[in-house]
Amino acid sequence: MSFEPLLETRELVKSFGAMMVSAGIDLFVRQGEIHAIIGPNGAGKTTLIAQLAGELRPDSGTITLCGKNITRLPMHARSSLGIARSFQITSIFQGFSVLDNVVLALQANNGHNFRFWRNAGKYSVIRRSALEVLDRVGLAERAHIVAGNLSHGEQRQLEVAMALGTRPKLLLLDEPMAGMGAEESERMISVLRGLKQEHTLVLVEHDMAAVFALADWITVLVYGRVIAGGTIDQIRSDPDVREAYLGDEEALAVYA
Amino acid sequence: MVKQKYPDLRQIVLLFVLAAFLTVPLFGELFYTRLFTRIMIYAIVALSLDLILGYGGMVSFGHAAFFGFGAYTVGILAQHGVESAFLAWPAAILGSAAIAAVIGAISLRTSGVYFIMITLAFAQMLYYFFFSLEVYGGSDGMPLASRNTVAGLIDLGDHNSFYYLVLAFMLLTLFFSRRMVQSRFGMVIQGVRENERRMRSLGFATFRYKLVCFVIAAAIAGFAGALIANQSLYISPAFMHWTRSGDILVMVILGGMGSLFGPMLGALFLLLTEEVLSGFTEHWMILLGPLLIIIVVFARRGVYGLLCGAKDVV
Repeated sequence: MSFEPLLETRELVKSFGAMMVSAGIDLFVRQGEIHAIIGPNGAGKTTLIAQLAGELRPDSGTITLCGKNITRLPMHARSSLGIARSFQITSIFQGFSVLDNVVLALQANNGHNFRFWRNAGKYSVIRRSALEVLDRVGLAERAHIVAGNLSHGEQRQLEVAMALGTRPKLLLLDEPMAGMGAEESERMISVLRGLKQEHTLVLVEHDMAAVFALADWITVLVYGRVIAGGTIDQIRSDPDVREAYLGDEEALAVYA
Repeated sequence: MVKQKYPDLRQIVLLFVLAAFLTVPLFGELFYTRLFTRIMIYAIVALSLDLILGYGGMVSFGHAAFFGFGAYTVGILAQHGVESAFLAWPAAILGSAAIAAVIGAISLRTSGVYFIMITLAFAQMLYYFFFSLEVYGGSDGMPLASRNTVAGLIDLGDHNSFYYLVLAFMLLTLFFSRRMVQSRFGMVIQGVRENERRMRSLGFATFRYKLVCFVIAAAIAGFAGALIANQSLYISPAFMHWTRSGDILVMVILGGMGSLFGPMLGALFLLLTEEVLSGFTEHWMILLGPLLIIIVVFARRGVYGLLCGAKDVV
């Protein structure tokens, strides 16, 4: 892990009406780390991810990627700069085959797509890369199944595979373990650990076991504010965090 | 793109329909030759709407505008002495494409119900424009003196020649459209239909793809319009009335969206039903209505789905 900042936000502010969902967020994501963002429900985690991905525009503040100000870039432009996102609510192409889901992701940044004649299935290089990506998330054997027929856990894996397919520098993962059973979560944890070699990950997750197993750095968000940031040990012993998680204290204690 | 085993029922149906179409003029009944020419032209329009509706997920309620615009292009050019199909037909295609580029650039910024309404509004604008354009017949429309010429190669005035030419164009359109929906561009368009937000987050500037798809569909519709002007030798604003857009929508939905071939069957089915039922009563819509409801409720993929099973056509 180096200490180069890959992504940085300064004073990020976003309100919906009177409700301030991002109240001046400073975030510093280093190259090569798994940076977890945790916080109670309604803390503004998904809104933050949406602003990083370019789906929502902040009211004020800046977002920089590799020193370049990307605050005003639309979603697709950020994707080509290397930011990929997986969605909290599974957002795959249900009617496409598993392979085609990833092929589409690869197509996004691979040459232009105004090709009207040649059968999409004939681009064997892209298909081979897509299979490799599927292999990394453990779905290679399911490549030719219609995506809608995958189990929930597999759909979550595909969700990550699609984000990976755009060959990102930075992966924004919004609750990749959402709705998963213990066994599926275990598998996802090992998938994500495998990604760490090549990618920087920002991980929003409620599953504390997963966070403590993976994170190099944890940022704690409460009501749109960063109340703490640090390593796993620092966060565990932080009194503010314990207070924010009052009632959920057991969740923290279990892994203490 | 799930691989299919060959031969399957849909190919048999396709071959059967094709064979039937090849033989129509052989019966020597002018009425049927003309009827089926008209059906094939509408099959081309329905197919073009399927590109945006079935594959792109864009519910355009103004598709007849491009159809009518193509027809008027041929009519107006003929009025000014341009008889050659080599000039008039490309003009119809390019004209419709240009209009679609403008309409699409504005209306594709909306989606859902708003998109339906705005395409409808644009189409009605065009309708009233030609409705009040007295130089070219206004609300009465205008007759054409004769069909276009093709440098003496074939006589389009001959109903059989014209029939086979339209058939050839219909098959070509189907072939090109099939290539297109299976191409990279086609995959992107279908991805947009399934989940536009995800496509944008993957890095696709989706607006461009939708606009290009919209323009291509309009160009094909404009071409069909050029053909219908030649077929009927009469042009009126009725070609672009919103009820005509509705008819084309019905063909697509009835036949089965997102299958290209289905909407063509839809055109065949709707126009034949109209022909047969209107022989019994002028209120034939009363009979067609319930039939439509039954098909939409019980066969999600339309007539084509009934025939070939509701397979995924992605």
